[in-house]
Amino acid sequence: MDFNDTPQESEFRKEVRAWLAANAPKEIDIDALRYKDDLAPFKNWQKKKAEAGWAAVTWPKGLGGRGGTPIQQVIWNQEEGMNAWLSMPFIIGMGMAGATIMTHGTKEQTMRYVPPMSRGDEIWCQLFSEPSAGSDLAGVRTKAVKDGDDWVVNGQKIWTSFAHVADFGILVARTDPSVPKHRGLTYFILDMKTPGIEIRPIKMVSGESDFNEVFFTDVRIPDSNRLGDVGQGWKVAMTTLMNERLSVGASFPSTFDEILELSMQLPGEDGKLIDNAAVREHMADWFIKSNGLKYTGYRMISALSQGRMPGPEASITKLVMGRGRQDIASYALDMQDMAGILTDKEQASLDAVFQRSFFRSIGNRLEGGTDEILLNIIGERVLGLPPDIRVDKDMPFSEVPSGKVGG
Amino acid sequence: MNFEFSEDQQMLRDEARKFLSEQCPPEEVRRVLDSGETHSDKVWNAVVEMGWTATALPEAYGGFGMGYLELCVIAEEIGRAAAPIPFSTSVYLAGECVLAAGTDAQKDDLLPKLASGEAIGTLALAEQAGAISDKTISSRVINGKLNGRKIVVPDAEVASYAIVVAKDAQGVSLYVANLGDKGVTRTRQKTVDPSRSHYEVVFDDVPVEPLGSPGKGLDTVDRVFDRAAVLMAFEQLGGAQAALEMARQQASERFAFGRAIGSFQAIKHRIAEMYVSMELARSNCYYGAWALSTNAAELPIAAAAARVAAGEAYYQCARESIQVHGGMGFTWESDCHFYYRRSKLLSLALGSERAWKDKLIDRLAARKNAPSSNLDAA
Repeated sequence: MDFNDTPQESEFRKEVRAWLAANAPKEIDIDALRYKDDLAPFKNWQKKKAEAGWAAVTWPKGLGGRGGTPIQQVIWNQEEGMNAWLSMPFIIGMGMAGATIMTHGTKEQTMRYVPPMSRGDEIWCQLFSEPSAGSDLAGVRTKAVKDGDDWVVNGQKIWTSFAHVADFGILVARTDPSVPKHRGLTYFILDMKTPGIEIRPIKMVSGESDFNEVFFTDVRIPDSNRLGDVGQGWKVAMTTLMNERLSVGASFPSTFDEILELSMQLPGEDGKLIDNAAVREHMADWFIKSNGLKYTGYRMISALSQGRMPGPEASITKLVMGRGRQDIASYALDMQDMAGILTDKEQASLDAVFQRSFFRSIGNRLEGGTDEILLNIIGERVLGLPPDIRVDKDMPFSEVPSGKVGG
Repeated sequence: MNFEFSEDQQMLRDEARKFLSEQCPPEEVRRVLDSGETHSDKVWNAVVEMGWTATALPEAYGGFGMGYLELCVIAEEIGRAAAPIPFSTSVYLAGECVLAAGTDAQKDDLLPKLASGEAIGTLALAEQAGAISDKTISSRVINGKLNGRKIVVPDAEVASYAIVVAKDAQGVSLYVANLGDKGVTRTRQKTVDPSRSHYEVVFDDVPVEPLGSPGKGLDTVDRVFDRAAVLMAFEQLGGAQAALEMARQQASERFAFGRAIGSFQAIKHRIAEMYVSMELARSNCYYGAWALSTNAAELPIAAAAARVAAGEAYYQCARESIQVHGGMGFTWESDCHFYYRRSKLLSLALGSERAWKDKLIDRLAARKNAPSSNLDAA
């Protein structure tokens, strides 16, 4: 048991470090770049990475990668550090769409879409969730009807990050409502410049807008932009979702160090807050969770290092991290006592990091698979428990009761 | 990176699991629980025969010198089987005390007998309910004679000697007492887990020999407990896994309302939560095993984290497994209570969970105040 690289891994790490030292920006001012429409700093970094084969280490050469192993990708991620933030606008393409196109697309589709995606020339968004199809994704109602060589799309998608800047979207639409829900779906690549698309930002509880609603009115998609066979959309979407849960879970850092720092800074009734028994009890519980996740990550990396892929047990990370961030944020506000309600960076403790997290963490438990869906995955796919009875499974989609939409 | 047990260690685990499933099935735990025997003599002899008591002890003292990762692997399997044997008492407590504080002569004398199973050692610490400190220890050694009363001393009837924590002119120190002495009275105490015997031990002018520096007794116990905490955390992890397995099987086989109860999310999510706790505990345990086996500077943090995580996971899994079993889980006839009992026994064996959380926070705060001592490999 050790934390050391193998000799090959160590060589690779050196190569990564040398390249980053020569090419990475010296400083990144996240606050200056956040929520701005100027994508140039992001695109420049992504292009550099793609040209050197670092955009996706495991992808083939010429597609932005270098035909590397999953453990090499992990080493890259460890070393890239904060620079990874500059690749955020490309995450849907690189984290989800690219793998799906390479798995299910034709050679022409792969060559048309993947290289510009890697270079950051084209930005992607994901058009899956709908007001009445969230966790029950197979219940999407956006229709695509064949008309000559085109499909005509009508309906609405929601929770679409980057829709306002995206060039392309991956879209799941219903092409046959007369068969059970999983069988009537088809997967498309949609050019976001097509007429009939309307994009509206969604204001989150936090006041920020990370997501959009996307409306389609008679939007035409050529049949050549279909990914996989008609009716095979669910299968294709599964490839996308498996990639999503890995990339979302890995992207929330633990906030344990910050709350420990806060407890050591702020006064308690007697000494600092860290001296208070109730605070200590909570801190111990959060430490074993964040420490547990850290070393669970190391166990996954060890499995990768030995050529094994992590399975659905990776769902634990997002589940524990989402809940943990919300609990920690709420308690951190309590620790600030009456001043805990302040939200200005200049006024609240630790630059208001916990006030922001108090709101944003709500979403961490919903996006990329809700807590409840993740518990189902652990129960059914990891532990092999019997599946829930799904009343709509064999029913034609058109006969499935719809209830209240968008609640 | 290789943050996993090696292939050899995994083979050892498979062998240990197979061995214990044959030698120590649940029927054997039940037999000891029902009969009131001190321990399972059959399982203990077989374990000694396998050489498990010698696993991590240095070869110079009759051990195999294999290392602590191997001992962690064995501990997990002992925990999984809820084995009614004095393994943790003799190996993690007595053995580690002698290793930590004994003179060469004491090590030469005591350790080979522990390794061979010829002798069992125990640790006599607590005297009353509540937190243990120099204020709650009143056993006293004067002129080489020990007088006092200890409680919840594990395996005292089968142990031939005890490491005793007692006061003397220098403060609190450790002593070795021969439990066969005529001044020793051992009385079995009823506990939450009768498959592991515990005793009141009264010392009446018992001649004792000092172990380690005078006045440093509680420091030594702290250091030994950090090491024992990692090993015991593996027993807790094994127990948690066993309880989880029982719940999983019950949920898949038991039908109600015309379907397997595991198909209900109320049950499924409960079991998934057990798995999550157990996996987080496993990762904390591995961190502890790494720190123990490499004598890392962060062992005190890793040990406390492993202990708290594994203790909570075991209790959660044992408790919720009974809930999943419904009324049957509340009967003596079901095996569920073996784990419920053992989870509480182990979580108190080295001091309360509350006290370990306190230690964990002290140690984290100290590390944060002195970042140069942060040897965290990440």
